[in-house]
Amino acid sequence: MEGGLSFLIFFLIFASFYSLSSLGLNLQWGFTGLFNVGIVGFFAIGAYTSAILTGPPYADTLFGGFGLWFPLGFVGAMVTSGVAAFIVGFVTLRLREDFLAISTFGIAVSIQLVALNFESLTRGPNGMYSLPRPLAGYFDSSTLDNLLYLIMCLLIIAGVYWAFERMVRSPWGRVLRSIRDDEIAAAALGKNVFAVRLQSFVVGSAVMGLAGALYANFIGFISPLDFIPIFTFQVFVMLIVGGSGNNLGALLGGLVVWGLWSGSDQLIASILPPTIQTQAAAARIVLIGFVLAVMLLYRPEGILRERRIVSREARLPNRE
Amino acid sequence: MLSVVDLVKDFGGLHAVDGVSFEVGQGTITGLIGPNGAGKTTPFNMIAGAFSPTRGAIRFDGEDISSFPAHRTFRKGLVRTFQIPRPFGRLTVLENLMMVPPGQLGERFWNTWFRPAAVRAEERRLRDKAIDVLDFLNLTRLGEEEAGNLSGGQMKLLELGRALMSDPKMILLDEPGAGINPTLLGEIVERIAVLNDRGITFLIIEHNMDLVMTLCDPIIVMAGGKLLMQGSADQVQSDSRVLEAFLGGVVEEEGGVA
Repeated sequence: MEGGLSFLIFFLIFASFYSLSSLGLNLQWGFTGLFNVGIVGFFAIGAYTSAILTGPPYADTLFGGFGLWFPLGFVGAMVTSGVAAFIVGFVTLRLREDFLAISTFGIAVSIQLVALNFESLTRGPNGMYSLPRPLAGYFDSSTLDNLLYLIMCLLIIAGVYWAFERMVRSPWGRVLRSIRDDEIAAAALGKNVFAVRLQSFVVGSAVMGLAGALYANFIGFISPLDFIPIFTFQVFVMLIVGGSGNNLGALLGGLVVWGLWSGSDQLIASILPPTIQTQAAAARIVLIGFVLAVMLLYRPEGILRERRIVSREARLPNRE
Repeated sequence: MLSVVDLVKDFGGLHAVDGVSFEVGQGTITGLIGPNGAGKTTPFNMIAGAFSPTRGAIRFDGEDISSFPAHRTFRKGLVRTFQIPRPFGRLTVLENLMMVPPGQLGERFWNTWFRPAAVRAEERRLRDKAIDVLDFLNLTRLGEEEAGNLSGGQMKLLELGRALMSDPKMILLDEPGAGINPTLLGEIVERIAVLNDRGITFLIIEHNMDLVMTLCDPIIVMAGGKLLMQGSADQVQSDSRVLEAFLGGVVEEEGGVA
């Protein structure tokens, strides 16, 4: 029983990293139509930033090991991933949208290469270890420690969800959605398409960076191998399954798809002989692809579709 | 109000607009006609700021707007509609209208966190204004409908409505009558006349001659990227060059017809 509960908490903590990333992507893709295929890059920047700010000093790095209080690590993660998004967005968001896809993909690969090779900052393939786990050690039981961490993750998600809901249901969100639907018409109606897109891209990426920081400080160890392109694919599937253009859907998609992903992992481990388990793990990607295809065919709007009326006050009077 | 001087636009080797000059006087409904391919939409796009002219000047309300991008032209009080309507399909009709007014407090996202009451009050004002516009266009019952579900004619009305939301000085209408049933067309014509009485200047590209001849004065005629003539409905209808241009002749300099 204790084992089951502890597994559930662990599962939900991981789901919250994905759900938070999916929420960030929803602002970019779901509401603004920005095709960011470098999610893992911003996630990695956040993870490394928090590791450098909160982690211990290492003998072989030239910079870092500040051992700061963890919220500073989280804020720093949002700042650096936001700044990275600003730079990428500033040069690409004026161009046709496919350029954003190509450049974000390139950025994600470059960031992984930097993490791998810039050893005096990131320790390269050896990774950064002994990162402090926030809120640990208040209880004797690691399950309760994890529960506390989960609660913190949920509170952060709730805060971001609240902030995002306010944003998308406001005039700002209406401009985002109009750009998504027809950017030429939005420009003809006086909207500064570039500036608003850039804002959406930066805020969404900062939230991905925050998710990366939560991940790094929970696991306590990060290396470049943690930040591979499959992560980007997973988050996109989560958003599409959950409901692109619906913040609750984005969170739900993270939970559901992560459940499928780790559930199939358990299944493979329990029914297949150890000799072929590594190969069988690849079948998970096929499974997720299958779920995506079924979803796109039969319910392209996702589990929870975009609300018909998003702007809070956009209702006709006297229509009870 | 609007003056275009020696406007040129080349697309590669093609002279889409080849040295066109004309004026749109304040308070007029000026028509811009010409056979297909005459180069009517291109000056429209340049005036509205969709792209810049190769050469020439565009002045609006005393200011040179030749190189203004679309959103700056809009803020000067010059709005356009599109030949093929471009509604924001997944926004409701009401949202389509409410997004228009420039400089909304709530367009800065931090205000939605820190000044929610002010944003909400502004939103209610915008909603009431949008409902007034919908009432004027007889579209109120569709206010909560997704704009992508409207008929072609309703989308045209919605485009006009979006233009009105900005309290424009001048509206550029690109074929408001195309693909619309006669009843709705009559309604659009009548609405344009009412708006003109309220002081809005119009420049209208249109193929429907009934609409042009009843509504527009003066009428500018273009052919082959050049200005052919300008005059009242009677003058245009009795001009042999115009007839030739519409019946497929090739126009030469100074009115000779090949």
